[in-house]
Amino acid sequence: MANALITVAKSVRIGDIIEVKALLQHPMETGYRRSSDGVLLPRNLVRTFSCRLLAGRSPSVASASAEAGNVAEAGDLVFAATLHAAVAANPYLSFNLRATVSGTLLLVWQGDQGFMQRETVYIDVT
Amino acid sequence: MPAAVLAQVTSGASAPAPRKSGFDFMQLSTQALQKDDTQNPAMLWVQSGQSLWRKVDGAAAKSCADCHGEMARMRGVAAGYPAYSLAQKKVVNLSQQINFCRGTQQGAPAWPPEHDSLLGLEAAIAKESRALPIEPPALVQLVDARKRGEALFNQRIGQLDLSCRDCHDGLAGKRLGGNTIPQGHATGYPIYRLEWQSVGSLQRRLRGCMTAVRAEPYAFGASELVALEAFLAWRSAGMAVESPAVRP
Repeated sequence: MANALITVAKSVRIGDIIEVKALLQHPMETGYRRSSDGVLLPRNLVRTFSCRLLAGRSPSVASASAEAGNVAEAGDLVFAATLHAAVAANPYLSFNLRATVSGTLLLVWQGDQGFMQRETVYIDVT
Repeated sequence: MPAAVLAQVTSGASAPAPRKSGFDFMQLSTQALQKDDTQNPAMLWVQSGQSLWRKVDGAAAKSCADCHGEMARMRGVAAGYPAYSLAQKKVVNLSQQINFCRGTQQGAPAWPPEHDSLLGLEAAIAKESRALPIEPPALVQLVDARKRGEALFNQRIGQLDLSCRDCHDGLAGKRLGGNTIPQGHATGYPIYRLEWQSVGSLQRRLRGCMTAVRAEPYAFGASELVALEAFLAWRSAGMAVESPAVRP
């Protein structure tokens, strides 16, 4: 289980621009490097990142629905990124959203070797 | 005791003046990474360290918090390491003390050097001392370690025949390849080093320097490395703790 740090304002006004900062612990191994023994290190990259808004839902409900169904179908996609070998280890992403409704942001990183990290954060919009 | 007090008063005498942290030699973009906890990758290790603090482990089924209470009570602790351990009858650094605690109090196996859990716990404890002055204990037992550390600091080693002093006192602020040579003040360990793409300890940094001058590095946990750490703490006494710092 990887470690992630999500920083976002928990309580905002309608129409505010909010910044979401997401830091993930991940080696981002390129697949081109060799270990000190000369063995090729297998590629281990985060390939995609997505952020979805599950409007009006609390984190527990949102998390459960994302677990049960297909992640790609849960909520509205508000931000996505594709990561490549040139990205440093422990990738940091920040992006801005305009707050319209309260809900849960579902952040998902997916990568090589079946890697998946899922984080949720509830934002209260008033 | 008088010797130790004298050591306190004259601390930093061997370092170039004014004393500057490695932070002051970094690019603005790297400084920004350290200044903002939401961007500092070392905070990932701190986060796991904070959860390990409360995690029950070992045969005794105890957590760090069971004995020590809240993490906030560790304020100032890391600023006083390396310290003399009465129980171990030797000078130890913070990671050795953590592993000693694990063995004696939790009944858990010691973590190997540079293990992510060990670095995480060390980073989380060190973060509690952030902005406090580095304060080596005024104990007579530490004087020997400091003197031994100073001798090692001044000792030319390796095929390049360089001592720590040659670069970090004599050439600080000048360039080594693409990098600026810092004054060698260990104010922010454990650090997130961009070159490592990971958090590492002061001993890893010291060993890296030894390899770079083509000397045989001391093993992790060797008394020589702890003595060097004790000397460096004394040399940086009074400077602010930055842990967990970011370095290029």
